[in-house]
Amino acid sequence: MPPRGSRGPLPPLLLVWALAACAARASEITFELPDNAKQCFYEEIAQGTKCTLEFQVITGGHYDVDCRLEDPDGIVLYKEMKKQYDSFTFTASRNGTYKFCFSNEFSTFTHKTVYFDFQVGEDPPLFPSENRVTALTQMESACVSIHEALKSVIDYQTHFRLREAQGRSRAEDLNTRVAYWSIGEAIILLVVSIGQVFLLKSFFSDKRSTATRVGS
Amino acid sequence: LALYFHIGEREEKCIIEDIPSDTLVVGNYKVQRWDIHKHGFLESAPGLGMFVTVTSPTGEVLLSKLYGPQGTFSFTSYVSGEHIICFQSNSTRFAVIAGSKLRIHLDIRVGEHFLDESAIQAKDKVNEVNVRLEHLIEQIHHVTREQDYEREREEKFRKTSEETNSNILWWAIVQTLILISVVIWQIKSLRDFFIAKKLV
Repeated sequence: MPPRGSRGPLPPLLLVWALAACAARASEITFELPDNAKQCFYEEIAQGTKCTLEFQVITGGHYDVDCRLEDPDGIVLYKEMKKQYDSFTFTASRNGTYKFCFSNEFSTFTHKTVYFDFQVGEDPPLFPSENRVTALTQMESACVSIHEALKSVIDYQTHFRLREAQGRSRAEDLNTRVAYWSIGEAIILLVVSIGQVFLLKSFFSDKRSTATRVGS
Repeated sequence: LALYFHIGEREEKCIIEDIPSDTLVVGNYKVQRWDIHKHGFLESAPGLGMFVTVTSPTGEVLLSKLYGPQGTFSFTSYVSGEHIICFQSNSTRFAVIAGSKLRIHLDIRVGEHFLDESAIQAKDKVNEVNVRLEHLIEQIHHVTREQDYEREREEKFRKTSEETNSNILWWAIVQTLILISVVIWQIKSLRDFFIAKKLV
C-alpha cells in the first residue's frame, strides 16, 4: 500500500526493473496561492507515459482556481477557469518538460489553498515478472490484492480528507459571517429606529408656533 | 527528483501538510540557481543553501536547519494538524538581479517507512514476503492514524455547523425582541411627544 507522497514500494530487483519500466512517481503538494498570484510546476516526462493531474481548492473565497497544463511545445493540453476540483489524465506525446500552472489572478483579496496530485506513470508491479520462473505463490497474490485494495483506500481517504477540509472551511466562513451580520443588523436596527424618533421630533419642533395656533 | 518550481532568490515558499500525530515526513529537495551568463540553471551552485523550517500547528518550530544545495530532511509530527514546511535560500545577495531565480526540485513523502532493502535482496522467498507484509502492516497503521485524525476533524466540523445553527436561531430571537421593544418605545415616545405638543 503506498504511503502518501509516493506510490508503490520499490521492488527488490531494482536495477532490472528501473531499466525496464518508466519510473512511477506521484507528487502531491498543498500550498497557498496568494491573491493575484500564479504558481507553476514543471516535470520532465518521457514519451508514452500516462499521467494524471488532480487538483482541489481547499480554502479561500469561492473555492475556485484557474488551471492550465502545457506540453513542452507550449500547446495547451488542459485549460479551465474557476474550477473547484478536477482530474485530468493524458499520455505524454513527446519527451520534455511539461508545465502546469494554477492562477488566482482573478481574485483581488482572497488567497487560496490548493492541493494537487500529479502522478506520472503506472505503479510498478509488486513482484516483477522478469526473473520469475514460477507463477506467483498464494502469499504473493494475496500481497498484490492487499496492495491494490489499500491503494484505493488511500485514494478515497485523500479525497474524503480534502472534501472534509473544504466543507469545514465553508462552515467556519459561514459561522463568522452569521455572527458579524447579526451583530451588524442588530446595531443598525437600534440606530435606525432611535434615529427615526428623534428625526420626527425635530420636524415638529420648528412648527411649534403654528401647531399651537391650529390646535387652539 | 522530478517536480520542480521557481521562486525568487530571497523569497520564502511554504507548503502545507495536514497530517495526524506520530507521522514521519521525509523530504528530498535540490536547488539550482539561474545563471544569467549561461542562460541556464547551474547544476550545483557553491555556497547556496536552503533554510528548511517546519512549524507545527501549535506554532512550535519542529525543524529549522540550513542544508546544502541538495538534501534530505525529515521530521515526526507530535500533534495532528497543519504543519508548514518553508524553504528559503540563504542567498545574501540583496541586489536582486533582474531575472534571478531559483529552481527547487521537491519530493515529500508522508508516512513512508523505509523498506529494509538488504533484507529484501537476500532473495529468500519467505523473508521477502515477510518484509512486505511488515511494510503493509505499518502502512495500515498509518491509514488507521489518518482515519482517527479524520474523525477529530469531522467532529470539529460538526461542532462549527451546530454552532452556526444555534447562532442563527439565537440572533433571530434577539433581533425580534429588539424590534418589538423598539417599536413599543417608538410609539410610546411619539405619543408622549404629541400629547406634550398638544397635537393629539
